Amino acid sequence: MNAILEVRDLSKSFGGIKAVNGVSFDVAPGELKALIGPNGAGKSTCFNMLMGQLEPTSGTVRLQGEKITGLPPRKIWRRGVGRTFQITGTYQSMTVAENVQMALISHHRRLFSVLPYAHTLYRDEALALLDVVGMAEQADRACAILAYGDLKRLELAIALSHNPKLLLMDEPTAGMAPKERINLMQLTADIVRDRGISVLFTEHDMDVVFAHAHHIMVLNRGELIAEGTAAEVRENARVQEVYLGGGTLYAAETEDA
Amino acid sequence: MGLFVAQLLTGLANAAALFLVASGLSLIFGVTRIVNFAHGSLYMLGAYVGLTLMNHLPGHFGFWGSIVMAGLIVGLIGVVIEVCVLRPVYRAPELFQLVATFGVILVIQDLALMIWGAEDQLGPRAPGLRSVVRILGEPVPQYDLALIAITPFILFGLWWFIAKTRTGILVRAATQDREMVGALGVNQSWLFTGVFFLGSALAGLGGAIQLPKGGADLLMDLNIISAVFVVVVVGGMGSIPGAFIAAVLISVLNVFGVAYVPQSTLVLMYVVMAVVLMVKPYGLLGREEKAGEHGQVGEVERPIRPAGLVGRSLVVVLLAVLALVPFFASTFMQVLITDIVIFCLFAASLQFILSSGGLVSFGHAVFFGGGAYVSALLVTYSETPMEVAFLLAPLGAGLLALGIGWFCIRLSGVYFAMLTLAFSQLVWSLVFQWGSVTGGDDGLVNIWPSDWLSGTTAYYYFTLALGVGGILVLRHIIHSPFGYTLRATRDSARQAEATGIDVKKVQWLAFALAGAMAGLAGGLFVFSKGSIFPNELEIAKSFDALIVVFLGGVKTLSGGVVGAVFMESVKDWLTRLEYWRLILGLLIIAVVIIAPEGIVGSLRKFGERIGLVKEQESMQ
Amino acid sequence: MKQVKTLLAAAAIAVLGSSAYAADTIKIGEINHYKRLAAFAEPYKKGVELALSEINSSGGVLGKDLEFIFRDDQGKPGEAVKIAEELMTRDGAVMLTGTILSNVGLAISSFAAEKGYIYLAAEPLADALVWTSGNPYTFRLRASTWVQAAMLAEEAAKTDAIRYATIAPNYAYGTAAVEAFKVNLKQRKPEVEFVTEQWPALFKIDAGSEVQAIESAKPDAIYNVTFGPDLAKFVREGTTRGVFEGRKVYGLLTGEPEYLEPLKDEAPEGWFVTGYPWYGFTAGPEKKFVDAYIAEFPGETPKIGSLVGYMTAKSIATLITDAGSTETDALLAAFKDLKVDTPMGEITYRALDHQSTMGAYVGTTALEDGKGVMVDWSYKDPAAYMPSDDEVKAMRPAN
Repeated sequence: MNAILEVRDLSKSFGGIKAVNGVSFDVAPGELKALIGPNGAGKSTCFNMLMGQLEPTSGTVRLQGEKITGLPPRKIWRRGVGRTFQITGTYQSMTVAENVQMALISHHRRLFSVLPYAHTLYRDEALALLDVVGMAEQADRACAILAYGDLKRLELAIALSHNPKLLLMDEPTAGMAPKERINLMQLTADIVRDRGISVLFTEHDMDVVFAHAHHIMVLNRGELIAEGTAAEVRENARVQEVYLGGGTLYAAETEDA
Repeated sequence: MGLFVAQLLTGLANAAALFLVASGLSLIFGVTRIVNFAHGSLYMLGAYVGLTLMNHLPGHFGFWGSIVMAGLIVGLIGVVIEVCVLRPVYRAPELFQLVATFGVILVIQDLALMIWGAEDQLGPRAPGLRSVVRILGEPVPQYDLALIAITPFILFGLWWFIAKTRTGILVRAATQDREMVGALGVNQSWLFTGVFFLGSALAGLGGAIQLPKGGADLLMDLNIISAVFVVVVVGGMGSIPGAFIAAVLISVLNVFGVAYVPQSTLVLMYVVMAVVLMVKPYGLLGREEKAGEHGQVGEVERPIRPAGLVGRSLVVVLLAVLALVPFFASTFMQVLITDIVIFCLFAASLQFILSSGGLVSFGHAVFFGGGAYVSALLVTYSETPMEVAFLLAPLGAGLLALGIGWFCIRLSGVYFAMLTLAFSQLVWSLVFQWGSVTGGDDGLVNIWPSDWLSGTTAYYYFTLALGVGGILVLRHIIHSPFGYTLRATRDSARQAEATGIDVKKVQWLAFALAGAMAGLAGGLFVFSKGSIFPNELEIAKSFDALIVVFLGGVKTLSGGVVGAVFMESVKDWLTRLEYWRLILGLLIIAVVIIAPEGIVGSLRKFGERIGLVKEQESMQ
Repeated sequence: MKQVKTLLAAAAIAVLGSSAYAADTIKIGEINHYKRLAAFAEPYKKGVELALSEINSSGGVLGKDLEFIFRDDQGKPGEAVKIAEELMTRDGAVMLTGTILSNVGLAISSFAAEKGYIYLAAEPLADALVWTSGNPYTFRLRASTWVQAAMLAEEAAKTDAIRYATIAPNYAYGTAAVEAFKVNLKQRKPEVEFVTEQWPALFKIDAGSEVQAIESAKPDAIYNVTFGPDLAKFVREGTTRGVFEGRKVYGLLTGEPEYLEPLKDEAPEGWFVTGYPWYGFTAGPEKKFVDAYIAEFPGETPKIGSLVGYMTAKSIATLITDAGSTETDALLAAFKDLKVDTPMGEITYRALDHQSTMGAYVGTTALEDGKGVMVDWSYKDPAAYMPSDDEVKAMRPAN
């Protein structure tokens, strides 16, 4: 089985401090994989390197065998990687549908077109995507007035707009009420299963992680200390030490509440 | 050798006033993030107040006491400005502050005229420091030496204040992290007021201390402000040592420039600025900043839609009325509408990049004037037919915008604004001082259209077609995928970049398009007036466009056009009044504070309230 | 949507406003830099007002009152052109006049020629107005720069100074003034050399540096064209640093009260200048004008601008009376060799180049009672200093 994403010896230093140190892992097709770890473990740094926001100090990232290290985010996106952010980054001055249409316009390479009206382009496709995330009835509302949970769904629809092979989700449920978290993650799990998308996500909420992730990786002080199924990770001595011994598991859980 | 030293000392002495004014501006910016364009006016007030005091207080004590008191009085005036005008707009984007402080400039200009009259006043000489000291055989004025001696004390005093006192530490903390100071339980608004007092007092001191070398006149506010901005931006905004280094650098360079390249002193200053900013975009000692320091005022911009049937019908009716104007109105009416349409196109091009692109350009006039000069130079030197020269105006301006944009787009926020200002001033100084080609201050005249367009009415239709056409094209582009892409880069550059959009490239092309459209307006302008002068690409012209976009409403599509129509119509009768600057200034300040949504935004709100316009879902 | 309504409203206002003028006076469109150069424009305006009250109290012109519509152009040429159009097409002005800055004057001149309006350039000094850029519709009152520079050059040629430094604002008037001085001086004394030319930007002088640059060239004499605040700074730095010591200085316009008075007791002594020594008049029309001015505006003393303003209004009144009409063609015909009685005596608007024969006062500066004045002055008629008629014809574009 060929991995969608192969990460080898990925490292990043900030002025001598190693934020991420020699991280290697694979994401298999159709896999829902979580990257967890206490605050400051290097999860976001890791994510930013995968998506091109940060240049790694060393190491490689391959997407279906092709090296994507050092490419800017937009080029990685074009190769079929979608992304959602911890803090949502939607277009405030557009409607919900237009947010998705914007991504579709980009996908169809019509960004520099000046003739048609943008709000009529790919509207049906956008509505279909919004339907998938349960946002169809809000399609014509202004994005600026959406509830936070709806923004997260919208972001998911945007991330799906170019039929990604791989979805990178940074704290997909951050800032949401516990019940909403489960719902959103269930939705995500259903979508990726239906479409055969691989997902790599970071998450604070251990309930979400243990309920949905096929595999879990644990990052601590920039290094991977464990990888396996939920049960395996739970049993891992070093993970228990990091989380339970230090008590940071609970701190992490309450941080976004 | 003696001459070299003497020139160096002259440069250092000249740096004194410049440093005082620039350090005040830098301090204010560092803490409050206000770009105080009225700082030159405070400098002018310092000169007038100091002069008035010196005329009443004799002797050594009177002279030096007057300088100190001028500083204190101007500091208090600064406090009044801060409390009345700027407090309401601290959290607003830089455009609001720019416009507010520009209103202050106008008010102070007319007040100074009322109080001190129009006559230029020569400053008194410093008692006991009237003669020269011979250094290596060259005469150096004693007062120059006094200035050279005083400056380090002020620099040291400021350093001591900021590094050693509790207030200073708070000021420094505020410079680095404004939120934190609030968290420390410090009353932020009083800290800002205090800083404004200090900054204004420094400007006042600068104005008073230069009196023996100059005097007080009504032009000194705008004369110093561009030099001060060069110093602040080169030194790094918010850095006082940076302001000192840059003031000395610019002043010394200027002295040698006067001696060796006497006709390009201004160019030299702006070239230095452009080079420094290209290498160190945040100035010599400036600190890198991320965009998004400024907040939003009021609601987020709303989703847009192309005009509906009613809207389109109205536009058609309006165009029909405009087309009929020559049949019922005077020639002057046609001239006035021609001017208004040209200005509308210029404002619309700025609104395109400013509102849809979120890029506040402080130097947009360079493309308007640039386009006009392209046409004028072609007509003057190569006898190009008018039609060809006219077409090359938007092309030339677009190319210029591609060039300038390539450097500026790398920055954002107020640094982007400053860099656009620097480049436009560079082009302006080139046009202004390269007299043998551009005619300098005398401009280029006799740039009239071809025979078929030479009548007022013919040119009126020509302007109407191309001006309104240009505005409609821009408006259509805003609704096109490219316009949406541009708005996407403004709303969330991160998201845009993460969904395949090359943010910088989109911004760059949009900047060039806005420049080309401004150039089209410039081309229309030059053939309607028959002449072009450097003031068409001056700061003031850029400000005019910014102000009308602001008055019309930044977060609207038609704000620029409506603002331009409003402004040109109002100015037409306003300028007939004695103190029209005062009225205009107060009007601008009032709009900033009371109706920051501008004319269109306020009308829309009003329309919603009385039920004329369909109400948008509440943002709460 | 909204812009539609606003535009309509603006259009309506403008249309309604445009028909509201009465035709019981003869209107002259006057454009000046009342705010930008208030110190120079205000005395000019007072001069015009004095003349108007004299003209209208003795019956006006063609049986109607003469009226000037004063408009401020903010010193911007583009604005001036727009106002010019407005004055002619909306306010019912019969001709245009005004401006001090040469570049604004040139812009109005070009515009006037294109549209066929008469423009009397009152104060602008650049000779291009009547020579290299001359046109059939533009006339000029004030003594030409060429002539005034020639008067100074004539005096300079009498000394044994060989090395000259010049300092002039970097715009039309400054460059023309330096060129005129150089040509005239070289004609009279071919061995002179110009060792340095300083070109500070108008009203942006950096006096210390300029003085130092002049000092370093070690000239025998200095030719100054700076004026206004630039002049004040230049004089002070120059005096402090002793750059004028042992050197002859020739100052164009330096003797005009507008520029000399603000210098107070620091006014330079011993400069040979052109100017306006109103305090020295004892009799004749010159004195009469000064007295009338002081009587009309108590507490004020006349400036050269006052005189120019007065002569402008008088010229226009004479022009319209002679033409017997306010039609452009009649006015154009009457302007050819128009003779006008002025405080300086009779002047003529030459048919050759539309330049008036207004002369200039030359003299030496001195300090009296802590004030700068001109002494040993005399009035010089321009005829002797003008280029030959053939030279003038060669300069003026064929039309």
